[in-house]
Amino acid sequence: MLEFAVKGSKRYFGWMIFLLGLIGVGFLVYLRQLDVGLGITGMNRDVSWGFYIANFTFLVGVAAGGVMVVLPYYLHDYKAYGKVTILGEFLAIASVVMCITFILVDLGQPMRVLNVLLYPTPHSVLFWDTIVLNGYLLLNLIIGWNVLEAERNGVHYQSWLKPLIYLSIPWAISIHTVTAYLYCGLPGRGFWLTAILAPRFLSSAFASGPALLILLCLIIRRVSHFDPGWKQIQSLAVTVAYAICVNVFFFLCEVFVAFYSQIPEHMDHIKYLFVGLHGHGAYVPWMWTAMALMALGIILLVNPVTRKNEGTLIVGCLAVFFGCWIDKGLGMISGGFVPNPLHEVNEYIPTLLEGLITIGVYGLGFFVLTVLYKIAIGVKEEVRA
Amino acid sequence: MDIRRRRILQLLGLSAAALTVKPVYDALAADPGAARPKLGPGREQLRAKQWVMVIDTRRFASEADVEPLIEACHRIHNVPRFELKRWEIKWIWATEYKHAFSGTSSDRFLAAAVEKRPFLVLCNQCENPPCVRACPTQATFKREDGIVMMDFHRCIGCRFCMAACPFGARSFNYTDPRPYLKHTNKLFPTRMKGVVEKCSFCAERLAEGKRPACVEAAGGKIAFGDLYDPSSEAHQWIRKNYTLRRKVNLGTEPAVYYIV
Amino acid sequence: MKDKRWIVTGLVVFLLIVLFPFWYNRGRAVPPPEVKLTEKAKAEKECVLSRDYMKAEHMQILDLWRETVVREGNRIYTNPKGREFVMSLSNTCLDCHANKAEFCDKCHNYASVRPYCWDCHIENPKEAR
Ligand code: SF4
Ligand code: SF4
Repeated sequence: MLEFAVKGSKRYFGWMIFLLGLIGVGFLVYLRQLDVGLGITGMNRDVSWGFYIANFTFLVGVAAGGVMVVLPYYLHDYKAYGKVTILGEFLAIASVVMCITFILVDLGQPMRVLNVLLYPTPHSVLFWDTIVLNGYLLLNLIIGWNVLEAERNGVHYQSWLKPLIYLSIPWAISIHTVTAYLYCGLPGRGFWLTAILAPRFLSSAFASGPALLILLCLIIRRVSHFDPGWKQIQSLAVTVAYAICVNVFFFLCEVFVAFYSQIPEHMDHIKYLFVGLHGHGAYVPWMWTAMALMALGIILLVNPVTRKNEGTLIVGCLAVFFGCWIDKGLGMISGGFVPNPLHEVNEYIPTLLEGLITIGVYGLGFFVLTVLYKIAIGVKEEVRA
Repeated sequence: MDIRRRRILQLLGLSAAALTVKPVYDALAADPGAARPKLGPGREQLRAKQWVMVIDTRRFASEADVEPLIEACHRIHNVPRFELKRWEIKWIWATEYKHAFSGTSSDRFLAAAVEKRPFLVLCNQCENPPCVRACPTQATFKREDGIVMMDFHRCIGCRFCMAACPFGARSFNYTDPRPYLKHTNKLFPTRMKGVVEKCSFCAERLAEGKRPACVEAAGGKIAFGDLYDPSSEAHQWIRKNYTLRRKVNLGTEPAVYYIV
Repeated sequence: MKDKRWIVTGLVVFLLIVLFPFWYNRGRAVPPPEVKLTEKAKAEKECVLSRDYMKAEHMQILDLWRETVVREGNRIYTNPKGREFVMSLSNTCLDCHANKAEFCDKCHNYASVRPYCWDCHIENPKEAR
């Protein structure tokens, strides 16, 4: 099926070359990072995880979000999603590829990464994260590819795939749960030390993943002869609407616990993010933007009139996607590290260079995504013809 | 045709994988030299069940009292000094009471002497260390004598341990530290970029029968010994004085005690 | 099989690239390096283990040493002849082999291996002391 990826219009190749350009720039800057060290980033002794890990966390969510089309289709036999499950699975693959790349570029000694497998350490959450992420990648590759091939050949997919498909559903939940456990099991980091972190991660995942999927479906409708279907898009939009409401609700629960209990270790991080602490507040405008975007998303997606209008649907999905990105990416990681364990404020501001590497990784992800979607669309068009 | 080609590719892949079996097997079965050499500790090695430090903060009045200790540590361990705050590396440093005991201290109306006093902070060599729990490669591990040790050869630089440590005791090498060393202690290694480092209670000195460098430089203001040995000076100091430890509420059981 | 021409061309190009070091360096043999021993090393006659073993397997012993010292906290190595050594690359190995450039590097360069020992371990502790 790979042949679908090497045939295409001028526009397709133009887009791919553009992505290759981003990857190239990112790679060159990464070479510099390898040479100098992670010192080219804005990370410091206190905020020792930055943009890379933030984007990693966010993208694990996008990957897990794919399950929102897989689950209704396979478990509840919601036939309409038959058309889009493959898009969800392929989105998951591309996201996990980005996640793994972000982890790699974040390591101080990337050449030694296999030490994680050489000295397996079950008491480390990062060890489990490695396993669930790679496992999820593998599962989706196997399932997506085989189901698509079966569809192309006009047969039912192989029966041994069924258990794998069922396994992939809890597995999707697990990748984001384990990723939340990276943070919420750490003593002395009041912002993360909350049992609701994993549910909160999942809710924002089920908002941002499907929101991106809707946007991708709308693009596919424009640029190809394959129509993922308006009904499907609408069902997805309902998922996004509820998930983003739940996400905001969970966040408000956090705010209540922190501020009603008045425990400084829990309050101060939220204060830092939303009003600034001891005169430092680089994230204040960002966090309020995130809140505004999520509110806008709720208004546009819960209201059936605006949800059913393509223009406002797009705006709503964009708002949800970027709102979640700021909230979970930027705020969640930096917010947890400021103030530091000695209650001092040292802020983290990403540098241009780490931004370029980040864009390069996104370029890689979209490259993979485009190839996969090109194949999927090719098959769908062929089957229909 | 299509099927055969795929079959061939699969077979090729399999045979390629099979080729790797022998070297792997050889490596695992290798015999490490004929006659058995012996590995053991030196004769002077100091031992304990859990090393602890008891800092008598009453006897540290100002910066001038702590500077020499910090200097002694950072000098013998080749800890670099950066202009750029972001890259800062420190094993032991002094801070105010309210920072050292943040979370458990009230910063209102403190005894005036305590408020100004410099408090030395360093890795607590916790008895129940969250950094060890977090490390995915066991590059951070707990030794039998309670020291939480770093294996710089194994560290992948994921910095999970830094997020896990509730005391901010760990530093990361954001760049090659060597150009930033004013003097080098030729007997101790430096670090390379991309690994995490922290105080190790001078494990290398204990092996030679010497106490940690800061303890030695403190001239009796810090006691060092085995927490579980009633005859050790450190144990006795803890028994005789009211001591504090940092953030005991987190259950990490720090092994650095402060007499206030 | 209408693509035969392209497949064959592709294969030839591939082989040319893969075999680059061979055809590029043809006929040029670089003589194996002669490592130099310091006077101190010469006087010792034998290293920690036999010369042949050390020549072929010194990296194994260094690996064992570092594991033992760092992870087990044991620092003394007693060789089969009963002689004791402090397990330290900088302070024991380089005590005799103080001429790192003439000893270690020569072979390593020839074999094109770049051990990262020296990123941390100081090359010659004796020199500047
Ligand atoms: S103080 Fe921090 S680094 Fe040291 S043992 Fe405790 S948790 Fe680990
Ligand atoms: S940075 Fe190194 S020591 Fe810390 S958790 Fe990662 S591998 Fe372990």
